[in-house]
Amino acid sequence: MITAADCTAGAVSAEERFRYLLRLADTSLVLGQRLSGWVGHAPTLEEDLALGNITLDLIGQARLLLAYAGQVEGRGRDEDQLAFLRDAPEFFNVTLAEQPNGDFGQTIVRQALLDAWQVELYHSLIGSTDEQLANIAAKAMKECRYHWRFSCGWLVRLGDGTEESHARVQAALDGLWRFTGELLTPDALDAHMASHGIAPPLAVIRSRWEARVTAALEEATLRQPPPAYFPWLGKRGVHSEHLGQLLTEMQHLQRLHPGATW
Amino acid sequence: MVEAPRASGAQPLVRRVWQALETVMDPEIPVVSIVELGIVRHVGLREDGRVHVGITPTYSGCPATEWIHRSIREALFGQGLAGVVLETVLWPAWTTEWLSEEGRRKLEAYGIAVERTPSGQIACPRCASQAVERLSEFGSTPCKAHYRCSACLEPFDTFKCI
Repeated sequence: MITAADCTAGAVSAEERFRYLLRLADTSLVLGQRLSGWVGHAPTLEEDLALGNITLDLIGQARLLLAYAGQVEGRGRDEDQLAFLRDAPEFFNVTLAEQPNGDFGQTIVRQALLDAWQVELYHSLIGSTDEQLANIAAKAMKECRYHWRFSCGWLVRLGDGTEESHARVQAALDGLWRFTGELLTPDALDAHMASHGIAPPLAVIRSRWEARVTAALEEATLRQPPPAYFPWLGKRGVHSEHLGQLLTEMQHLQRLHPGATW
Repeated sequence: MVEAPRASGAQPLVRRVWQALETVMDPEIPVVSIVELGIVRHVGLREDGRVHVGITPTYSGCPATEWIHRSIREALFGQGLAGVVLETVLWPAWTTEWLSEEGRRKLEAYGIAVERTPSGQIACPRCASQAVERLSEFGSTPCKAHYRCSACLEPFDTFKCI
């Protein structure tokens, strides 16, 4: 694990850049894998298509980021090897992304909280000193902004909907809110990336994220839970129980037949 | 419309590549070529003696991307050009602005409307009425949304502008 002592000063090492890229890539990959669980099961055909399309965007983003991370790492691993041949402690996605789908309302709450974060993060990353990351961010930001339009629209519809739908999304929000602290609280690696202009300071993302989410929750007539204490460290490889199960399914084929290709 | 660097006055070989690319159709929308779609960013003969073709994805996860790459190789192979180098260009990101006027016209004739600006005006490709409603932000492929015309009641796909 990278500690504060490892990255307080000096240039950014390939290992540090690789780790940071995996935080972004794995968040998109794991969230995409989660959403793909709705394909064939969503409440209506339109929402089935929507969640399937968002899945495609997220996995596409993950692929670009993983391919670049593999180049930065310089050990010859491509995007498939990084996606399918790492175990949970080597994944650095934020813990919120791996939380179960629950009902449609819970999926929407998880999506909206992460969409708002990805929109702001990628928007800032367009100005990254890392040119390849900036190019990927420019593409991803447009897609995530569109995802937010969808998730925020549903958040408002469900929150300001029937008694039943309101109660369900409020319960989902109360349950998932504790994972949001991780998105907005920098650790040593986040701070190191920010000091080199590779990533934005998370304090900037926090204020924009809060403004976006607070306005949406207000419109959805949902009660914003109290600030989240920050014990989650998915971005440092310490995950909830759910990631291992998700990877078991996602990596099944490669675990059974290592190196198999079409 | 954004103009991709084109071939006029270019070397004959580069011109031939552009012509071959004009025969490569989008696999999901077989009425428009990848040149009309605006996803071919550059063609050039480089110092390594090979032809380099720059392609930009419409959406990061578009499943047609790999098929398109294969079709390009096949089309160029048919022209006696093997060993073409395909490069992925991410910047500037593709939008509906990159569609050529001809491509736009063909899409509309095919029944797919084109959104020119985010939340911009959309006309029914069947009756041209602008009284349309959005059924879903998403559609049958990553690049499309689903609409219905309130005048003639026809449901239709729209190339979304994000």
